[in-house]
Amino acid sequence: MSERPLSFLDRPNSYIGRSVPRPNARRLLQGRGTYVDDIRLPRLLHAVFLRSPYAHARIAGIDTAAASRLPGVVRVVTAADLAGLYTPWVGTLSHLKGLKSAPQHPLAQGRACWQGEPVAAVVAESRAQAEDAAAQIAVEWQELAPLASAEAALASGAPAIHAALGDNLAFARAVDTGAVDDAFARADAVVAETFTFARHTGVCLEPRSILAEFDRSERRLTLHCSSQVPHMMKEIAARHFALAETDVRVICRDVGGSYGIKIHVYPDEMATIALALLLGRPVKFVADRLESFVSDIHAREHRVAARMAVSKSGEILAIDIDDLTGIGPYSTYPRTSAIEGNQVVNLTGSWYRCANYRARLRVAFQTKPPMSQYRAVGHPIACAVTEGLVDLAARAIAMDPAELRRRNLIADDAYPCTSPAGLIFEKLSHQRALARMLELMDYAGLRREQAALRARGIHRGIGLASFVEITNPGPAFYGVGGAPISAQDGCTLRLEPGGAVTCAISITEQGQGTETMVAQIVASVLGVALERVRVVTGDTERTPYGGGTWASRGAGIGGEAALQAAKALRANILDLAGAMLQAAPADLDIAQGWIVDAVSGARRIGLDEVGRAGYFRGDTLPPGIQPELVATRHHQPRDYPFAFTNGVQASWLELDIETGFVRLLKHWVVEDCGRVVSPLLVDEQIRGGVVQGLGGALFEECLYDGEGQLLNGTLADYLVPMAGEMPDIEVAHVMTPLAGTELGAKGAGEAGTAGAPAAVMNAINDALAPFGATVAEQPFTPARILRALGRT
Amino acid sequence: MSETVEIRLTVNGEAVTRRVAARQNLVDFLREDLGLTGTRAGCEHGVCGACTLRVDGAIVRGCLLFAAQLDGARVETIEGLSDSGEIAVLQAAFHERNALQCGFCTAGMLITAAELLARGGVPSRAEIRDFLSGNYCRCTGYHAIVDAVEAAARTRAGNGPP
Ligand code: FES
Ligand code: FES
Repeated sequence: MSERPLSFLDRPNSYIGRSVPRPNARRLLQGRGTYVDDIRLPRLLHAVFLRSPYAHARIAGIDTAAASRLPGVVRVVTAADLAGLYTPWVGTLSHLKGLKSAPQHPLAQGRACWQGEPVAAVVAESRAQAEDAAAQIAVEWQELAPLASAEAALASGAPAIHAALGDNLAFARAVDTGAVDDAFARADAVVAETFTFARHTGVCLEPRSILAEFDRSERRLTLHCSSQVPHMMKEIAARHFALAETDVRVICRDVGGSYGIKIHVYPDEMATIALALLLGRPVKFVADRLESFVSDIHAREHRVAARMAVSKSGEILAIDIDDLTGIGPYSTYPRTSAIEGNQVVNLTGSWYRCANYRARLRVAFQTKPPMSQYRAVGHPIACAVTEGLVDLAARAIAMDPAELRRRNLIADDAYPCTSPAGLIFEKLSHQRALARMLELMDYAGLRREQAALRARGIHRGIGLASFVEITNPGPAFYGVGGAPISAQDGCTLRLEPGGAVTCAISITEQGQGTETMVAQIVASVLGVALERVRVVTGDTERTPYGGGTWASRGAGIGGEAALQAAKALRANILDLAGAMLQAAPADLDIAQGWIVDAVSGARRIGLDEVGRAGYFRGDTLPPGIQPELVATRHHQPRDYPFAFTNGVQASWLELDIETGFVRLLKHWVVEDCGRVVSPLLVDEQIRGGVVQGLGGALFEECLYDGEGQLLNGTLADYLVPMAGEMPDIEVAHVMTPLAGTELGAKGAGEAGTAGAPAAVMNAINDALAPFGATVAEQPFTPARILRALGRT
Repeated sequence: MSETVEIRLTVNGEAVTRRVAARQNLVDFLREDLGLTGTRAGCEHGVCGACTLRVDGAIVRGCLLFAAQLDGARVETIEGLSDSGEIAVLQAAFHERNALQCGFCTAGMLITAAELLARGGVPSRAEIRDFLSGNYCRCTGYHAIVDAVEAAARTRAGNGPP
């Protein structure tokens, strides 16, 4: 920090680095938020979907007559009824060379490829009526052979799920840098493990929801969505329903959790839009919990065979991984389902000084729900594989795992540098973060405690996991491949006549604290009190154009746009104040809502006086002065494709070797997301992310049988982390501000999820070490742990 | 299926008379018929706790009750408990500590936590975690919620942080 000149952000009364309560949390605390399902419109209709009960089946016929006759039913539709209303979509991106997928439609076209694929829709005056009618639709199914596992789908002779694509290999990639075989040949030790990662899903407490309203007179479509990406949704709706881009408006009010689930195009949501167009009445679809389990995108499902070569002195010599992942029958639109595997290849091992790296990735179609981007895309896999191998290597050469990390993590003075897979790191702080972690958790003390308890038959484990996180992606992530996904964001600020500020910004709020973070920046730069800034998000007609909130980009990109807009408005305000006071603008400043003398700080006039003069009393201004009390600025990352962050997590847990139960005792995170605008908000992003990672590591799994049937699709059967099982989580920061922006913020939304599963896995294996047992199959259920112990 | 029942009950202190479908659950009744959308459903099968509210002074899961069962009942929702100021200390602690993100679980969390605080004293963190174990929150990771409940309990017990 010390090398940076003092900026607007360091002024007295700055809100940067301060924890302030979120103003927009008040309505949520009183139950007065507005989520999609809370919106009431005249003549509103409710859509309910009939979904395929089979993983793979031909639809020989659908009889909707009985359903159509039920009370309240307005329309029952199947694929044929929506033909011509939309154009189908294909989830490919041109920069992911070789990625293929088949066209997708709102409703299954004669064949369903996963259990849960929407087949028919009922629109009725109430949801209950629509549900009754959906139950009366008769479908004549002809079951086809399912291809549930990725292995089976890629086996030679397996039938192609989409005949036109030839086979079930959606995407493949290989990296081979340095001299991998040589390194393995000269290694003192080689460790190998096959890591598996179950399918799990987002389980947003507010299910996916959309309300589509179509005004036939003007051909205007308004979508109320539970979405992270309003501008993308606008673009998609305009494209696929042949509407003028100015005739689509997307409004996202309160969003009840998203975590990447709500950035994708879903067939049922597209069908809801088509129904609104067809009927000319507002139509709402809110997924229920059971259908969420089979229609939200799923995440993970990887099997990674991995090896690491290491020297006796603890030098990591080479890493070799082979990742097979199953993505369901389609690559999800428009972000695709190849990004996660691609990130596994890009990220694995990248925080260590190891030039010899080989990776193979195969992405397979299968007859399960589509898999795509979910919080920390690819990171939890890359991190668990890398950090799992590091712990195995440490054991193989009898070195302390913290010491092995210290010897191999990229040195803090080695930047900028490029990873074997081509990632460019601007400036990271792995060594400082690790040192801070060992001190924070009292690593040496915990090791002593562990040894003492072991002697008494109590089995505790310590697990470390270093990681990097991709944040602030530039256009090279999606835009370059042809997706209508913006990497830039914009912020418009308007001084109100009374001296308050209205801020409209294109990043979005799903509870992260986006609006508060933006208000903190704007208030600090402008010199006004926080409560004088009102932030508007989530409306394509009221905000500048931009990407929204995903990939940990809100603070880094949106925050910088807000900062630059505030500087521009400040200059405009001082120009006007200078004219009013007959002073040079450079001699003036704004502080606490007043125009002050820049040197003495003496108050001259209030911002309300400037606002009044600008809007109501132009007659008092000198000739030739045109007040401009609005300013807009945009920002997009240009210098680097991504802004990487780094950190390290640690887990301390106790293992009951009789039952296989894991009790989490404590979790620590040290991370470096550059400048922290609000410690309160950042720390809660980290904590929430950690618990999502712990869910995947210990509980969450979409269990499928060989027929592609989900066995645990209720919240009673699919286990999620609850308060009683979760530990306290201590968070600390190292701060390496991002170069190239004035704010210097990087993202923090996914770091917790990226590293938590690896830390827990290593801690479990540490506790298992005296028994010569290891686990590598997530989630680490008691049954799997007992199996590793040879107790089942 | 279309059978209806007339019920008279008090909702947030106001007398309400409505004819309801026999199969309508309490959450839908509050949301659809009374416009009280602060009570939310996260699962509709009794697991997530999002729909927690009070009936006759006891916390219940609204998705597991039929409105038709509630003739003569006294129902309190997040809207009523906010307006009466009864849970203001908890709400302030949640706000201060940022113990909510998306807010979808928040009404259920607050009403459940209020029940714990009503028992008096300052519960341990483990007791708080245990008591809230039927309320699912996907956003916060629970730590901040435990902090906020602990802080509210201290405030109510008349002493600040230790
Ligand atoms: S909605 Fe009632 S418990 Fe989930
Ligand atoms: S705050 Fe989002 S589910 Fe709890």
